[in-house]
Amino acid sequence: MAQLFRPSANSLAKIAIAGALILVCSTIGIAYVIDRGPWITDVGVAPVQPIYFSHKHHVKDDGIDCRYCHSSVENSASAGIPPTETCMSCHSQIWNNATVTEPIRQSWATGKSIEWTKVHDLPDYVYFNHSIHIAKGVGCSTCHGQINEMPWVYKVNTLYMNWCINCHRNPGAYLRPKSEVFNMDYQMPANQASLGAQLVKENHVQSLTDCATCHR
Amino acid sequence: MNDLTLFPILHDHDHAHDQHEERQEEKARQPVDIGALRAKLAAGRGPAFWRTLDEAAETPELTEYVEQEFPGLSGQIPEGVDRRSLLKVMAASLAMAGAAACTKQPKELIVPYVRQPENVIPGLPLFYATAMTTNGYARGLLVESHLNRPTKVEGNPDHPASLGSTTIFEQASTLSLYDPDRSQTVMKEGRISNISEFTGALSSEAQSIAGRKGEGLAILTGATTSPTLIAQMNAITTQWPAAKWYVHEPGVNPAVKSAAKKIAGKNAFIAYDFSKADVVVSLESDFLNSGPAALVYARQFAAKRGIDKGQEPVRLYAIESSPSVSGSLADHHIAVKSSAIPAIAYQLAAKCGVSAPAAGAAIPWVAAIADDLQKHKGSSLVIPGEFQPESVHLVAYAINAALGNVGTTVKILEGVEPEGTHSLEDLANDLNGGHVETLLILAGNPVYAAPASLNFEAAIRKARMVVRLGQYFDETSRWSHWHVPEAHYLETWSDARAFDGTTTIMQPLIEPLYAGKSAHEILTILLAKPDNTSHDIVKANWQAGYKGGDFDALWKTSLHNGTVDGTAVPVITAGTVVPLPALGTSEANFEIVFRPDPTVADGTWANSGWLQELPKPQTKVTWENMVYVSTRDAEAQKLSEGDLVKVTVNGKSVTGPVFVLPGHAVGSATIFLGYGRTNSGHVGTGIGYNAYSIQDGATPYVAVGAMLKTGENVKLANTQEMQTMADREPVRAAEWTEYKEHPNFPTAEEPPVPHDDTLYPNQWTYQGYKWGMSIDLNVCTGCSVCAIACQAENNIAVVGKDQVTRGRHMHWIRIDRYYSGDLDTPQIYNQPVPCMQCENAPCEVVCPVAATVHSQEGINQMVYNRCVGTRYCSNNCPYKVRRFNFYLYSDWQTESMYGMRNPDVSVRSRGVMEKCSYCIQRIQEAKINTEKQGRRIRDGEILTACQQACPTQAITFGDLNDPHARVTKMQALKRNYGLLDDLNTRPRTTYLGYVRNSNEALRGQRG
Repeated sequence: MAQLFRPSANSLAKIAIAGALILVCSTIGIAYVIDRGPWITDVGVAPVQPIYFSHKHHVKDDGIDCRYCHSSVENSASAGIPPTETCMSCHSQIWNNATVTEPIRQSWATGKSIEWTKVHDLPDYVYFNHSIHIAKGVGCSTCHGQINEMPWVYKVNTLYMNWCINCHRNPGAYLRPKSEVFNMDYQMPANQASLGAQLVKENHVQSLTDCATCHR
Repeated sequence: MNDLTLFPILHDHDHAHDQHEERQEEKARQPVDIGALRAKLAAGRGPAFWRTLDEAAETPELTEYVEQEFPGLSGQIPEGVDRRSLLKVMAASLAMAGAAACTKQPKELIVPYVRQPENVIPGLPLFYATAMTTNGYARGLLVESHLNRPTKVEGNPDHPASLGSTTIFEQASTLSLYDPDRSQTVMKEGRISNISEFTGALSSEAQSIAGRKGEGLAILTGATTSPTLIAQMNAITTQWPAAKWYVHEPGVNPAVKSAAKKIAGKNAFIAYDFSKADVVVSLESDFLNSGPAALVYARQFAAKRGIDKGQEPVRLYAIESSPSVSGSLADHHIAVKSSAIPAIAYQLAAKCGVSAPAAGAAIPWVAAIADDLQKHKGSSLVIPGEFQPESVHLVAYAINAALGNVGTTVKILEGVEPEGTHSLEDLANDLNGGHVETLLILAGNPVYAAPASLNFEAAIRKARMVVRLGQYFDETSRWSHWHVPEAHYLETWSDARAFDGTTTIMQPLIEPLYAGKSAHEILTILLAKPDNTSHDIVKANWQAGYKGGDFDALWKTSLHNGTVDGTAVPVITAGTVVPLPALGTSEANFEIVFRPDPTVADGTWANSGWLQELPKPQTKVTWENMVYVSTRDAEAQKLSEGDLVKVTVNGKSVTGPVFVLPGHAVGSATIFLGYGRTNSGHVGTGIGYNAYSIQDGATPYVAVGAMLKTGENVKLANTQEMQTMADREPVRAAEWTEYKEHPNFPTAEEPPVPHDDTLYPNQWTYQGYKWGMSIDLNVCTGCSVCAIACQAENNIAVVGKDQVTRGRHMHWIRIDRYYSGDLDTPQIYNQPVPCMQCENAPCEVVCPVAATVHSQEGINQMVYNRCVGTRYCSNNCPYKVRRFNFYLYSDWQTESMYGMRNPDVSVRSRGVMEKCSYCIQRIQEAKINTEKQGRRIRDGEILTACQQACPTQAITFGDLNDPHARVTKMQALKRNYGLLDDLNTRPRTTYLGYVRNSNEALRGQRG
């Protein structure tokens, strides 16, 4: 009886098995890379906004505090996006003829809101509260990065749950003194471990990992 | 057939479904042999506590039906599917589910204000004080507003008619604001018109009315206490003396007002003070649940029922034809025909020393009640029923006066409703007599909600111009020349008074969604000031009447507080005992009692899905009005639940399903107004029967009639047939005398398992907060406001009648109603059952994806975004408090509904389990606020939605780690027990046992 398979079939089988393994691994690998990559997470991607608004210019060059515009960050879940009126408080006086500030004047004149694209967008089933994080000594730049260096704002962190949980499990590793919360250039000191432990104690910081902390 | 099926691919099996379902329902619908059941209960062989006749009868097939977690589910799983097809569908579902997860987060926009209003901060709700009126009287509210969207209504603790609680109607009013069925445009003779055209038409009509000096002008309103509306009406009748004002309120018995007027000698309101009452006799009054002062009475009554300080609780005798919400708390519930109440009242009066006309043969138990009243002179109370004739109101006052109760438990207050108005009957007569040319209908729906004897639909056509202001284009709008959309009370300015006169200036929370107008804005057209807004009118009226200095300060303070200082009316001290009229005709052989429906009232709320789906107190049936009959009458006519009967009054008849209600009077059937709507909207149209169609204006509340079995049967959406506690002593009750000897009666026989009785070392100790809840069965009336407050707070979906029939109602808190004793006068118990937040939670251990887990504070968390819908948790929950989204129940399509939702709670999607979370969003909010202030949460700082709305404060929530917290003290009471405690689930929600203070002289007798 003739052989069913020729000797080369052995090699084919080996290649097929190895190929299948590689295919499965690479599929998982590619999926992982895509999932963690900027196409899905938008990390490092600055969306086009209706106004060429530079945080770098306003924060670093002009020295405006975060809370001048994001005024409810210490009181509310939402940090607050400034109304057109806030922009006009300066730009009715300065750069009040510039092309770049035209959309502000348009909005002011027509009463139509400026529609910004959300950069840091959590899913709707996540209930994040800015004010408590500020109160416990989590700096703006810990999550948002050095906004003062960004002409166009982009995400520096994925905002994935495992990223949140990292801090919630061990908040001491990320906390800073309350006076430094709004300092955009703050660098963690060498003694962060001992400072963190001290801050956790002083500010009654809890490691909250209950689901209902964020999901309701 | 429901068009939603579990496996849409297999539609051709629908026929098989139907057959299977029918088979199933046949099996479940074996009628109960009431005679045999009665004998069984009499012999003491039945269960100690039972919820339905079926449960008491304990027949094997019914037990099997009840034990299914979701009866009717098997009916939806197609039969005859081969393995290959099933696997194909499963594989496809799995692949689709996986693929559905592969989405990139969509881009979202931020739309900030151009000019941000002061105090509006995104993420922080604001609360505004206003009021809602029911039958004209105000209940003060605090309404939560998220970015100017009213989302939740709460009672105003500073308002004398609310005290912080609400009724079901206030809670449901947010849904009516966002109801997509509301009328949205002005209509002229059925065609779309606009408001300026209407204003022009009414203005020119006003000129012709002026020429007639008001002759032929009829204005119909609902009952009102609004000072501004009354002032406007007075202005109209002053400028046009011939104009007439009619008032129609189908849910209000005019005898209450007329009797008060006779007693006080002028316009008055008779109020009661339960805080001084030790013995209360209710002559068919539902004082804890209806009427302008119900919430106050409930609070006072509950305080008097408190036994934990050792005082003897108040004793309530409820003499009524059908068990009411108040009657369910009675120590003695006595079922008599509604028409027999006057005679009983007269007998009671005679025994209490009032000269009353003769009233038939002496009834033995009346003497016992009279004795009890005599023993409590000055601290007793006889309350006449809201729908009883004037004679009962007069005799009740006479008894109270004879017992020295006037001044202590009875107070006469000056009336705040206008005088000199005419009735709907007068209007019908005037219309038929051709005296009405212009008819303005500013409230109500008279074409639907008028007694059939008035034939209002024919009468309304006699007017030349009918203007209708209404929130819906309904039955009356169809017969009106003009229909103007009415502004919801949350959209407009007005004012209204509480029963004690305290006035609230009602402020809007939102611009009218559909450019609706208020009654003020219609009347102002007649007063030749068509451009005045409600705000102008109300403010001008207050300014005109204000004699003090700084009006602006008064206006702002009043709006802020929700009450205007110094507006309460004085007490009238000089009441007179009016000579009692002789009794009318003798009792009928069989009588029909007409009542407003417990959840949709006179039909006003028919289009509210929340109220339709709220299980009605006592019967726990949804989406339907029924005919309540006694077990005796059911036995005689061989009726069982759902049998259709023809109810006839004066030759007119309606057909409705029977509900066999233990404790209902024999020889009487109770039918309910508010259903059978033909133009209500998508929700309320075409369900139930229209009881108005057989109502006679002469005998509107009780009439001689007949009831005949038709032989047909329908399935009622009864929520009390499933989720049983399997006779494990869910309710524990004792007599007051027993309680004094054994205060630990609920746990005396079987003490709960000690917490350290476990093999596992190092138990979690719950540092920090340890949340718990206590529910006092002794004061729960079963009014169900907790369920609807929960629905409003937690974005709970409405599922519809078909799904309720299958046991899929979504309420996170159900109110079980248990009976014990015999069928004729059973004892009634109400037991609210939310999630027990067990420390040893059976649900948690069976979840394959850890979607339900325990928190560090002892809350059994439900994580929607993790849930894959295996329903193992629900299967393993002994309390049956978990609810599953079998379909996409939440309305994700209707845009107007978006505004209503609480932004702090996820809106659940299909395939997700949900349940009571102890209002976790409120806990987290309080924790964040107090952490920022560096302190612990104080007791009472967090109120769960159910607790907040509860009129009797039966629900207490708090931190069990705080020894001074109210909940800790409640749970430390000896009458504390855990539901199904023997399972060692360690429920965090526990109950306080029920204590009945019955009269020894009546024990063993009827009642």
